[in-house]
Formats: sequence, C-alpha cells, structure tokens
Amino acid sequence: MRISESPLRNNHFSVAFILAVIGIALSSTGAARTAAAPADDQAASLAAWNEIATVLQNPRCLNCHQLDSPLQGDSRRAHIPHVVRGPDNQGVGAMRCGNCHNNMGNNPTSGTPGGLHWQLAPVSMLWQGLSSGDLCRAVKDAKRNGNRDGAALVKHMEDEALVLYGWNPGKGRESVPIPHKKVVEDMKIWVAGGMACPN
Amino acid sequence: MITLKVNGESHELDVSPEMPLLWALRDRLHLTGTKFGCGKAMCGACTVHIDGQAARSCSIMVGEAAGKTITTIEAVSGKVAEAVTQAWQRLDVVQCGYCQSGQIMSAIVLLTGNKAPTDEDIDLSMEGNICRCGTYVRIRHAIHEAAKSLA
Repeated sequence: MRISESPLRNNHFSVAFILAVIGIALSSTGAARTAAAPADDQAASLAAWNEIATVLQNPRCLNCHQLDSPLQGDSRRAHIPHVVRGPDNQGVGAMRCGNCHNNMGNNPTSGTPGGLHWQLAPVSMLWQGLSSGDLCRAVKDAKRNGNRDGAALVKHMEDEALVLYGWNPGKGRESVPIPHKKVVEDMKIWVAGGMACPN
Repeated sequence: MITLKVNGESHELDVSPEMPLLWALRDRLHLTGTKFGCGKAMCGACTVHIDGQAARSCSIMVGEAAGKTITTIEAVSGKVAEAVTQAWQRLDVVQCGYCQSGQIMSAIVLLTGNKAPTDEDIDLSMEGNICRCGTYVRIRHAIHEAAKSLA
C-alpha cells in the first residue's frame, strides 16, 4: 500500500509545486506590470489614439463636425444644396436634415445617406482644422464632448447610430477604413491608458 | 403592408419600405401634382409635407413616412397655403411650371415658421428648390407678398 501510495503523494507534491511556481511567476509578472503601468499604458493609449484620429478625421465623421454647414462626399466638398446649422443643429425652414435624410438609414434609390437623428455635430464638437493633438484634447474635454467621461466615449463609439453610419455609408461613399470592432478596442485602450494625447 | 396617411386618407400599400415615397404617391396613388426632377434630393421638385415639415419625396422612403401625416400639393390648405398660391398667381410667378408644386410646398413651410422672412431667410430656406427657368426673383417677391398678406 505504502509503495503504491507513494507515486500519488509525489504527484500531489509535483502539482502543488508547479502551481506554486506558476503563482509566483504570475504574481511577479503582475507586480512588474503594475510598477511599469503608467508608461506602458500611456504608450499604448497614444498608439490607440493615433488609430482613432484617422477615424475621426475620415470624411464619414468629419463632414458633419463642421461649423455652420456640412461637407459632402469623400472629396469633402461643400454640401449641395447649401444647408445651414440652425438653432437645433438640424437646419432651417424648408432645408432641414430630415427633409432628405431618413432616420431608417441610407436610401438605396436616391443615394441619400441616412441614420437616426441626422444632424450637424454641436458647435462645441467642431473638429475641422484640428491637429491630431488638438482633436484628442477636444474629444476628452467634457465641456466640449457632450459631458462624456471615458466610459461614455467608448459607449458612444460602440453604439451611437451616427457613429455606426461610418461603417455603412451606402453606395458611392467610402467606409471608415478601420473595422468598427478594432476602433472600439482602440477606444478602450486609449481610455484605460489615461486618454493620452500627442503634443 | 405599409400604411400611408396621404391628404387625410389612409392607404394600405404592399410595397418595400425602401421605396421612395414619390414612387408611391405618383405610381400607386396617382397623385401626379408632385414632380420627379433629379431623383436624389438635389432639386426640390418632389417636395411634399410630412408632419408639417418639407420632405423630398424622392429621398424619403415609404417606411420612414409610414404612419405620419403626408400632404401633397393637391390637398395643401390653410391660410398660409392660400396666401402663397394667391401671391403666386397674382405675380404670375410660374414660367414652365415644372418646379412650382415643390416651390410652393417649401414656401408654405418657410412662412409657417417665419412670418416675416428676410431675403436671406428665403434664400436659405428655398435653396433646395431649383428653377431651371430662373424665376427666383419672382419667387422671392411672391413670398414677401404672401408674408405681407398674412401680417
């Protein structure tokens, strides 16, 4: 019996030893990561921002983050017909966004793009002409971003109808070049690393 | 089936929700006062009212308009509509007339929300209605006249 039990005991010992070694290894890796976190995460955050900036500066996003009138198309020309912001960011008189743009989405027949509550972005979210660094500071500034914290910014990127439109622009317009899932991941990394911005 | 409320009547239509409203109005309901111009919301000839707002019916889809109140040139009514159509006739605004139903529908929306529009207000609001005969001066004049008659 004793002889037959011995390998079992040895196995217990081995398993315990291996677990202990793994435990030490994990905890020391964890400690090392925690100690180096700010620099590492900040670098990752900045790298993620660089990806995010290419999305936000894409015509699908930037065309409606303008001062008084949107731009149109991949060439970013002035919107035809001419439309203006108006008091609620949705135009004036008989020239309102919803006069042509459908809440239910793109019109495949007329080619008019659409999405829920189509509108110009609020004036505080004017992105035209901003460098990547200035855009980054504008996006994380709660006074200019619709009072959103990091988590709300991630959620905005995740499920806001007009954001999602960027990946479903309809015929004749290029989609945002980075997959939506990847951009959401980038947003999470950017936020987790302290929303780092280029100088 | 999609229910469209047009000019006070409900219509059940067996059409795709993506069908442009203009197709339903002209080809299914035979309301041909609303015109097809460019087909991509660039000219305004197809303007109708949806819940009192201007709408380019070539671009607004049937599914978007379902259940809402749709009014076409055939049935538009009320003080503002009367003032606009009377001014249109008094000043003989129309040249070829193809764009006029869209122009009138947009002018009614403008004057309903703005009792005394300036030239700039008129330009900004009527920008989406193209007149290939170039009657813009007469259109602007008629809108001022209609505003005066409503004052």
